[in-house]
Amino acid sequence: MQFGIFTVGDVTSDPTTKTVPTEAERIKAMVTIAEKAEEVGLDVFASGEHHNRPFVPSSPTTMLGYIAARTSRIILSTATTLITTNDPVKIAEDYAMLQHLADGRVDLMMGRGNTGPVYPWFGKDIRQGIPLAVENYQLLRRLWREDVVDWEGRFRTPLESFTSTPRPLDGVPPFVWHGSIRSPEIAEQAAYYGDGFFANHIFWPTNHFQRLIDLYRRRFEHYGHGSADQAIVGLGGQVFMRKRSQDAVAEFRPYFDNAPVYGNGPSLEEFTEGTPLTVGSPQEVIDKTLTFREKFGDYQRQLFLMDHAGLPLKTVLEQLDLLGEEVVPVLRAEFDRLRPAHVPEAPTHAGLRAAATGTLEEGTDLVEAAR
Amino acid sequence: MTARRVVVVTAGLSTPSSTRLLADRLAASAVRSLREQGHQATVETVELRDHARDLADRMLTGFASPGLAEVVDGIADADGVIAVTPIFNASYSGLFKTFFDAVEPDALTDTPVLIAATGGTARHSLALEHAVRPLFGYLRSVVAPTAVFAAAEDWGSGGDGRLGVRIDRAADQFAALVGSRSRAEPRDPFDDPVPFATLLSGE
Repeated sequence: MQFGIFTVGDVTSDPTTKTVPTEAERIKAMVTIAEKAEEVGLDVFASGEHHNRPFVPSSPTTMLGYIAARTSRIILSTATTLITTNDPVKIAEDYAMLQHLADGRVDLMMGRGNTGPVYPWFGKDIRQGIPLAVENYQLLRRLWREDVVDWEGRFRTPLESFTSTPRPLDGVPPFVWHGSIRSPEIAEQAAYYGDGFFANHIFWPTNHFQRLIDLYRRRFEHYGHGSADQAIVGLGGQVFMRKRSQDAVAEFRPYFDNAPVYGNGPSLEEFTEGTPLTVGSPQEVIDKTLTFREKFGDYQRQLFLMDHAGLPLKTVLEQLDLLGEEVVPVLRAEFDRLRPAHVPEAPTHAGLRAAATGTLEEGTDLVEAAR
Repeated sequence: MTARRVVVVTAGLSTPSSTRLLADRLAASAVRSLREQGHQATVETVELRDHARDLADRMLTGFASPGLAEVVDGIADADGVIAVTPIFNASYSGLFKTFFDAVEPDALTDTPVLIAATGGTARHSLALEHAVRPLFGYLRSVVAPTAVFAAAEDWGSGGDGRLGVRIDRAADQFAALVGSRSRAEPRDPFDDPVPFATLLSGE
């Protein structure tokens, strides 16, 4: 089981002090947060990609490449990479380059993006979101897997004798997750290829995402990648912790009440009741996160949203200490104990390389090989 | 006798409200008309006031509370909908619109809808035609030709144009649509996904 954090990279006013970080402060804070994530023993740091204010991470591989140089163990990922508006050729090249620099500590999560104007800014049409995701991703896969590609599609200029450079590290493309909030087509896409499926279920109720993940698992089995319970599932979560539950609620409430996504709507209590948000003690976070397994089955990756809504960097780093010291070790042990032997871990570069070259000895655990 | 399920949506604010009174009259007349055609109709009435906070929350968060979700899902399965709103500032009330904004754009496709409204004077009556009817046109519903507007004075007037006559005429038209409707089970994209080969082919 992998545990990590994902960040949207929003520049938001701290409602308690009315201060807004500069873009430079926010970008550097994201790097500090990624380094801290590795320090406290997390497995994954994932950055969003946005091309509109108030978000700063428009250039994820620049940031992840920099973080790669300052870390040694943590997997660098995205949440999400815009498969609709980015040129798949550029995605293929950027992330293969990052793979080499990060010694394989790279995977990606594909997403469509739901901000209407971003599409025309990149010459695309949001109404073509699903066809763009389908065609672009199919081309991306070929660019990583075939040395020379001839290709023609609906959405970009044709390719004749094209080789995407550099080639993926060790000839092993990065593992890909597909993120979706509501589209069964994307669950179907992830299942078809045997890729991972990530349900960012932080803002919506659980039952909605159960249907998406059930569909993905069922179709993963249909397409012959393994049994439904062996499909590769990731989930989002959102927590705020203090040692004492009431301290967490009192401190987080102004951030909740003014948050760009849900502020001025439901109360903190209603939102924690209906969504994965947990505001309380580390033990409450542990208890709630374990219920995800009961609802979605054994899964492979849990990412938490920690730095948003104007929370100051100092607070976020304290949260990461609590997450790394008190929450994740317990969750890791519990999930490992509960997971049946035939359910795989999330793929890593080393594991995929070993599987591809057949060097994996009989019975060797893929995750151990990865380490 | 075949069963028909009619959902009444009323956006009245006071208790009791004339909007609810009109909704109940329309529902009772529709049930009578359906019975005459050989259909046993059940009526479920949704008071939007009961869901006002959930509707505001849904507008901000993008998802419905469990109670509101039940209502929204319920209207999608209805054989017919009677929608009644007070007219505020030349159009449907904000609460009424917020509710139909929470309904998926294809949830009411082909659903027979009877539209009605209340207001202080008959000068507001065309709001039904310039605001309410286009809303259900967008949702691709089948709106009964007669829309019923009840001004304050209608509750105490007689003659050929009296409210009861208009209610029965509208309810008969609505009941004919509800009674003759045959429904294809909608395809559930989660139970029955589009195969990826079809998505890849770009069709």
